[in-house]
Amino acid sequence: MKSEQNEQALLKGLASNDSRAIETIYKDNFSMVQAFVLNNNGSYDDARDVFQEAMIALYEKAQSESFVLTCQIKTYVYSICRRLWLKKLQQLGRFSNQVDNLDETIPVEEDMEIHEKRNAEFAIMDRAMKSLGEPCKSLLEGYYLKKKGMQELAAEFGYTNADNAKNQKYKCLMRLKKLFFSQYNIGD
Amino acid sequence: MDDIQLLASIESYLAGEMSPIEVAVFEALRKKTPEIDQMVVEHKLFQHQMEDYAATYNIKHTLHEVHTRLLENGDVNEGGELTAKAQVVQLWNRYKRVTAIAASVGGVIALVISGLVAYFSPVVNGNQIQQLSKDIEIIKRNQQYQGSLINEVKSKIPNGVTVISGGSGFLIDAKGFIITNAHVLKGTAAIVVDSKGKEYKAIIVHIDTKKDLAILKIDDEDFTPLKSLPYSIGKTNADLGDEIFTLGYPRNDIVYGVGYLASKTGFNGDSLSYQIQISANPGNSGGPVLNNNGEVIGVLSTRQAQADGVAFAVKSKNIFECVAEAKADDPSLENLKISVRSTIKGTSRKQQINKVADCVYNVKAFSKK
Repeated sequence: MKSEQNEQALLKGLASNDSRAIETIYKDNFSMVQAFVLNNNGSYDDARDVFQEAMIALYEKAQSESFVLTCQIKTYVYSICRRLWLKKLQQLGRFSNQVDNLDETIPVEEDMEIHEKRNAEFAIMDRAMKSLGEPCKSLLEGYYLKKKGMQELAAEFGYTNADNAKNQKYKCLMRLKKLFFSQYNIGD
Repeated sequence: MDDIQLLASIESYLAGEMSPIEVAVFEALRKKTPEIDQMVVEHKLFQHQMEDYAATYNIKHTLHEVHTRLLENGDVNEGGELTAKAQVVQLWNRYKRVTAIAASVGGVIALVISGLVAYFSPVVNGNQIQQLSKDIEIIKRNQQYQGSLINEVKSKIPNGVTVISGGSGFLIDAKGFIITNAHVLKGTAAIVVDSKGKEYKAIIVHIDTKKDLAILKIDDEDFTPLKSLPYSIGKTNADLGDEIFTLGYPRNDIVYGVGYLASKTGFNGDSLSYQIQISANPGNSGGPVLNNNGEVIGVLSTRQAQADGVAFAVKSKNIFECVAEAKADDPSLENLKISVRSTIKGTSRKQQINKVADCVYNVKAFSKK
């Protein structure tokens, strides 16, 4: 019971991007995933990528209000990682049948679909941001990612006042939106 | 400029920063102009996307930080960045099970092998005692070394046979009866070579593996029997500290060695033999051990492998027993008479050696195919 509460607390921490909670989950689960990937034709880098992606999937899931944990974090992370790695292996054409299947897994196909969709959206936004150029990129990053106030950004980027910065921000935002919607289909 | 103002309005409308009046105005505008309505919906979606992007971006950032920190603290290991110690620990952790299995398999195999070795190896003496017969490699080497002797060796050893073992032997009867160790005669026949390099064919008359003694008879037309032997074969036990000497063929040349009687019993209290302190090598087996009086007190047979200079000799009275048994087996040996009179007593060691050397033979045993 206690461990269940613990896990809930950890997931809450994860959802609010609390680095201590993330560190705990990381410590508890990473070596298991690393061993799995290493034992199945993967490298240390592969293990890190797979694990971090699973963490992001868990994070996305934990963020949604309707989220209920139906299994242990360990099982969930392992299931996602297994799925991700098998897919990667298949893509690389080095699929081997010897994949370790002793640990408990749960079906994660649905979550994977959601995660993949978000991954694609992330990639579109990322591309749009990167093709934006300076100072727009840094300005918007400061505003949307680092959640800085207009006053602070104005000082940082050398605008005479916050309104000027705001104006500049809107100009950049319009360009970003254009770039984003050229790739993103609303109908999807 | 218009677009920017519109965007600003939409943003503050969506953020709920507008006053109720402004909201009413804006909503009226939105209803009237479908383009603006469209823009609001679009911007809402975009904002949602941006939030997701920001969240994912930040969690990725945190994950990266956590990973780096854990890596630095050693809670997480990655091949390339490991210190040597951590690497060993990680390798150990990874191969612990395999290592354990390998170790137990190795252990079992070691046990089985040592068990088999113990089962099949001779029971007595084990490897602590080394028989002093020469094996074939040593003989081969000596033959190369003693190039001049090779032709003669070839002439007497029948074609198509291999020399298996060799050692020393000495006459106990001037008519050509030679005593040597049983372990020297691994084959079925032998030739003997005297100190001048002359070879004679010999037949095996009797073998007593218990006493480790064997009797050979020179059966060769070239052999001219001696009138008498210079030494006698002792019937009584020798005394501790008696100075002794031996002659033998650890090489193809006769080699002299000197020492003393160290114990009246042999290895592990074996009462059939003496322990003597003498430098002995493979090939010395079967050589005579004589005291100062020119009396053979034993037949040099083995040495202790781990100790330097510790050798063992079969007591000479066993020769009498061995000859008696041989006579009982084969009546034709009636005329075998063991030398009992020493003619070299009281002469100088040099003269003793000179005389004795004529009666000590290099024994080469071979087997017929």
